[in-house]
Amino acid sequence: MSRMESLRKAYGEQLADSGANDQRIVTLEADLGKSTMSCLFQDKQPERYFQVGIAEQNMASIAAGLALTGKVAFINSFAVFATGRAYDQIRSSIAIPRLNVKICGSSAGLSDFGDGKTHQSIDDIALMRVLPNMTVLSPVDAVETKQMVEAMVDHDGPAYIRINRNDLPVLTDGNEPYYIGKMSRMRDGKDVVVFASGVMVSLALEAAEQLESHGISIRVVNVSTIKPLDTKALASYCEGMKGVVTAEEHSIHCGLGSAIAEALGSSRLPITFLGINDTFGTSAKNYDELMERYGLTSEGIVKKVHEVLEA
Amino acid sequence: MVYEESVLKRLRRISAQLRLDILEMIPPGKVGHLGGSSSIADVVAALYFHHMRVNPKDVADPKRDRLVFSKGHAVLAQYAALVELGIVDRSELPKVKTLDGVLQGHPDMDKTPGIEAVTGSLGQGLSISVGMALALRLDGSDSRVYTVCGDGELSEGQIWEAAMAADVFKLDNITAIVDWNGIQATGCTAEIFGIGKLADKWNAFGWNVIEIDGHDMVSILQGLESAKAHKGQPSVLLAKTVKGKGFSFAEGKAAFHNAGLTDEQFAQGREEMRKMLQEVDA
Repeated sequence: MSRMESLRKAYGEQLADSGANDQRIVTLEADLGKSTMSCLFQDKQPERYFQVGIAEQNMASIAAGLALTGKVAFINSFAVFATGRAYDQIRSSIAIPRLNVKICGSSAGLSDFGDGKTHQSIDDIALMRVLPNMTVLSPVDAVETKQMVEAMVDHDGPAYIRINRNDLPVLTDGNEPYYIGKMSRMRDGKDVVVFASGVMVSLALEAAEQLESHGISIRVVNVSTIKPLDTKALASYCEGMKGVVTAEEHSIHCGLGSAIAEALGSSRLPITFLGINDTFGTSAKNYDELMERYGLTSEGIVKKVHEVLEA
Repeated sequence: MVYEESVLKRLRRISAQLRLDILEMIPPGKVGHLGGSSSIADVVAALYFHHMRVNPKDVADPKRDRLVFSKGHAVLAQYAALVELGIVDRSELPKVKTLDGVLQGHPDMDKTPGIEAVTGSLGQGLSISVGMALALRLDGSDSRVYTVCGDGELSEGQIWEAAMAADVFKLDNITAIVDWNGIQATGCTAEIFGIGKLADKWNAFGWNVIEIDGHDMVSILQGLESAKAHKGQPSVLLAKTVKGKGFSFAEGKAAFHNAGLTDEQFAQGREEMRKMLQEVDA
């Protein structure tokens, strides 16, 4: 069992570290700093930390103004509010002019299990992925989160990162360089390739163990850059496979699975999709229980692998 | 503050020229925002040709003052100024809103030199200006940010979020100008969504409020100077204006918010502006 670590803490720590070395970095918060962990930046760089109150739309456009004046602006909120509440501001003020605004969607997916459907983001990838000029990132663990924050600072243009609220297994060691667009093979196999993001990667690795005992070998790929999608790597990971499974903690529509289906287009490979099946979330007493409710489990992935092999 | 007659005469001449340029961008067969562009033309003349720090040779000069058109649809007034400053070539005027031109239907900083932000989706420009003002203050710059808002645009909630933020951050390097022409796309602002009592509202939001006549050059210049001199809080000029100002067929009419002109109206508009130029020169 891998050790568990907090992605949001890693995010805040790296933001504070990067901010110490780069005076261009400013951070904006809409009163959720102790959840998003932007508070760690505030502790180190209070003069470059702007608390804008509970006003995500204003925050996005203020960040645009800061970026227009030479700053690299990180804006922070829960994923639902960061993307949905401020969608037009991101579209018009930030994405059209390709500004250096970095959007942190925290408590993403179902990870804010207790707060229910208004606070659970099943549509943030969809909203950000459809925007021209936007980069969409979904880190697999705390280590990759830190690497991504550094890459976001260096990236010239807007980027969105969705961050899980709960501690997740550490699956990467950080020894390999990270770059935006990277897609990593976490386990090799010969029958089915599973493209997963975020928490679903570790569940896919568990599914691989279960399937191995049934004589089915699966390749697990961590798609932590959802946009731009590395279509060449995608095609090469599909070579020799009997089918493709996608797994994401997001609506089945317009997220990772859709991105991969679009990219594979004319491929004859059978494909099945695991995600939240066109419904909003609900409150639960813990994260595992909620994930189970929507079938986002290793068993769910096993089922999809069987389905694709039968297709 | 007293202004020399030569200064006022020059600015009045520029105002008339800007209106003529605006008209040239809406020839018969094309549609354009005549009303809101001409209502703000005098303020734009005062800003670009007297009050603001402008460097036509380097539009990215960090020492420049910034002008953000939050009411992006009135950008024809800004295009006219950029042409008169030599930042945009005059040959672009007839190409406005075409595939070949650099002048888009709404402000596009990628396409048009001298445009500071992407606006057009109403309500966002004042927030963008707050961000610029914060960055300028961080950098120890004395550059200022000017933001033109429409009075109809004030029904966008984000304007008031931005107003609160400018107050909280004590941004005295922002001057907002409300083009208070009383008319929006489909009728009188008072009838459509009458938010009234503008001075009280801005006051309550922590702003220094200055009411001016948006077509009187002395009133405009004094307002801008007074706002610049005011420390510790942001200032807003509530500029009383007339929609379509200068074009007798369009003045005070919502129909010319975004409209096409007949051959006769276009010819009449040209004549009225030529006459105004002659009067200024006389």
